[in-house]
Amino acid sequence: MKMKSLVIAGVSALALSAVAAVPASAKTFKFAFQGDAQSLDPHSLNETFTLGMLGNVYEPLIDYDKDMKKIPGLATKWEAVSPTKWKFTLRQGVKFHNGNAFTADDVIFTWERMGSEGSDQKARAGLISKMTKVDDFTLMIETPVPNPTVLNEMTNMFIMDKEWAVKNNATKSSSPKDAGRDGSYATTHENGTGPFIVESRQPDVKTVFVRYKDHWNKNIATNVDRVEFTPIKQAATRVAALLSGQIDLVYPVPVQDWKRLNSAPGVKALAGPEARTIFLGMDQMRDELLHSSVKGKNPFKDIRVRKAFAHAIDLNAIKKAIMRGAATPSGLMWAPQIQGFNAASNTPYKYDPAMSKKLLADAGYGDGFTVTMDCPNNRYVNDEKICQAVAGMMAKVGVKIDLLAQPKSKYFAKVLAQGGYNTSFYLLGWTPGSMDVYNVFNSLIACQNKEKKAGAFNLGGYCNSRITELTAIVASETDVAKRQAAIDESAKILQDEVGYLPLHQQPLSWGVRDGVNVAQRADNVLDYRDVVMP
Amino acid sequence: MVMLTVALIAFAMFQFVGDPIANMVGQDTSLAEREQLKEDLGLNGSIFTQFGHFVKNAVQGEFGRSYRLRKPVRELIAERFPATLELSLLSAFLALLVGIPMGVFTALRRDSWLAQGFMTLSLIGISLPTFLIGIFLILFFGVMLQWLPTFGRGDVVDLGWWTTGFLTISGWKSLIMPAITLAIFQMTLIVRLIRAEMLEVLRSDYIKFARARGLRERSISFSHALKNTLVPVITIIGLQIGSLIAFAIITESVFQWPGMGLLFIQAIEEVDIPIMSAYLLLIAFVFVLINLVVDVLYYAIDPRLRMD
Repeated sequence: MKMKSLVIAGVSALALSAVAAVPASAKTFKFAFQGDAQSLDPHSLNETFTLGMLGNVYEPLIDYDKDMKKIPGLATKWEAVSPTKWKFTLRQGVKFHNGNAFTADDVIFTWERMGSEGSDQKARAGLISKMTKVDDFTLMIETPVPNPTVLNEMTNMFIMDKEWAVKNNATKSSSPKDAGRDGSYATTHENGTGPFIVESRQPDVKTVFVRYKDHWNKNIATNVDRVEFTPIKQAATRVAALLSGQIDLVYPVPVQDWKRLNSAPGVKALAGPEARTIFLGMDQMRDELLHSSVKGKNPFKDIRVRKAFAHAIDLNAIKKAIMRGAATPSGLMWAPQIQGFNAASNTPYKYDPAMSKKLLADAGYGDGFTVTMDCPNNRYVNDEKICQAVAGMMAKVGVKIDLLAQPKSKYFAKVLAQGGYNTSFYLLGWTPGSMDVYNVFNSLIACQNKEKKAGAFNLGGYCNSRITELTAIVASETDVAKRQAAIDESAKILQDEVGYLPLHQQPLSWGVRDGVNVAQRADNVLDYRDVVMP
Repeated sequence: MVMLTVALIAFAMFQFVGDPIANMVGQDTSLAEREQLKEDLGLNGSIFTQFGHFVKNAVQGEFGRSYRLRKPVRELIAERFPATLELSLLSAFLALLVGIPMGVFTALRRDSWLAQGFMTLSLIGISLPTFLIGIFLILFFGVMLQWLPTFGRGDVVDLGWWTTGFLTISGWKSLIMPAITLAIFQMTLIVRLIRAEMLEVLRSDYIKFARARGLRERSISFSHALKNTLVPVITIIGLQIGSLIAFAIITESVFQWPGMGLLFIQAIEEVDIPIMSAYLLLIAFVFVLINLVVDVLYYAIDPRLRMD
């Protein structure tokens, strides 16, 4: 009897799935990424993939197009009333997925929710000091100080429906701290205004999106009705899924697989520059390095040693041999896509091992020395291989590198603030979430200052008082030319002092089926709005 | 006791897996907030405080919430358990179905070329690492021939308390390659084990007597010899089923099979301690259970044990 009912359940489920199958004309787009979004709550985690995926479901007031230019989202226009005050005009007739109308109240609610305990968007919420509703579709937004980057930051403020959140007891952002208590409803449910609705989701297994028919924008490029997303962890399995025709797009693809994809029929590798800069940092704050053969002093405090390192690393060799020609060697800590980039300042250090040797000898390290290098092995494109190459190049000028390559969890636990910046020499990558250079200044270049929340990722403690002054200008100067002058001056100081050793911008590496058109955004976000199927 | 020890060892190891906080917040999150989060999650307490807390909750069936997926661990494991169990049972079945006859055959016809061939194959099977077999299968049947799906579970039918891939065609198709990958090692082990035991038994006196009584060769081999080889074989097979469940990790990650092994390996990468501890405890439980079943099975097979 039990067996029979099982069979009946199975058969009826089969029949159901047949009925539910989408009509033949509907286009389904299937893609795979190496991990999954951690939550459906757009305020609970500030991470690229999670926010990128939710950007198809939720929308900000100001959005990015495929070239990372700011375009109207849920706001139709915005203007500065004063250096610290903006007037936003909101889009009318927008409906959330549950049919509720979008108004200024939802924006104010979202801002409050982003600042709530447990939110990982508190830093962004803190950029705004006040929101005032003028009427349902007009909003005044004030910043505590003049802030030229607030518009960029707003591209990650995903608007949530107030009424829905109140009804479902999700007015505060969910957070990992909720453990044990009832999690926030918004972690597993969504109600945005975006062009896609989450139809079903099993974390780590599969998430299905369907097109939202009542979306306000009828001019989106995509012709896709249904998106199926599967996380596939192993790179080889991911590539095989593309090659076998089960998936339309996979990312990331190991750069060493490009040749294979391009020689296989029906698929191709899609490469583009990512806005992520990979660089090396050196401990310049301690009087003695934690992990080195040099005792009693810190060689990295000597500018000649830092210069020797800079000139010993052959960026073009790394590009050619490790990145398959797809990296962009860099002299700056920020990429061309970042607001504030100036090509004139972007000169990588010249490769000159002879000069390196001379500099080391001048500094009293003619016989070289040993230093440990910390490196992640599963975070950036070919991260460990880059470190190995650097170790090889440094060996040529007499510096012995002990390479400590670890998985990112262990690596970050060691080198970040919570591990006490326990590193002497390290490799790190950085994309400013705001796509503006100020984020790089404040996180990486500014002197470490806990009270001011500055330099939190300045692991080597580089510090220059003139740059501190200039950072304040970059933070608040709304005159573009004056601001650029401050950025350029800082770039020059940083380069002259060899505060960091920028390596390159790593490539975006996707694999896509022929005929499928996608826009490869520089922040590695896949926007379904730009997916066009054959 | 076993489970308590496993839990303690696991907790001692968690001190070396890295920092969960870096994976739980974005790069713009301030240091103070990170510290606060660490405090709230109880990660600042000593290992014994954390362990005591864990055991207290585990006894009540509460394993906390995944840091990464933010769902109760119990729910996550319940979602993933059917996938792993279906895969392990099918490959155990495959291994027995193919392994036992092959083992018997290679023992009886030691010198035939077919038996030699089987033995060579089993040597290859036992020495090739699982992930390599999986990748070869994917390359051949998935990419070159495009017969079988290369990842996932296909369409599953949700029965409310269980999700099964046995009821759909795509579910079966998806099962074939992972099941074979997982079965090959077990199968070769069974072949070699049965062969060795059979050869031993066939040399013993009661087989000679049976032959002398003029019994048919087939009945000697199967009802006398095979039955007597089964006792040690069952012990091993029982433990092997346990390890099929526990070590499906590699197969699952090669095929992106949404089972517990995949959940576990992702948990390790992201330092998701609640999932790791619950998983290890569950595996310990499975082994305890299997040992019990094996002991009971001895009684069923070996009448001598039933005497007293």
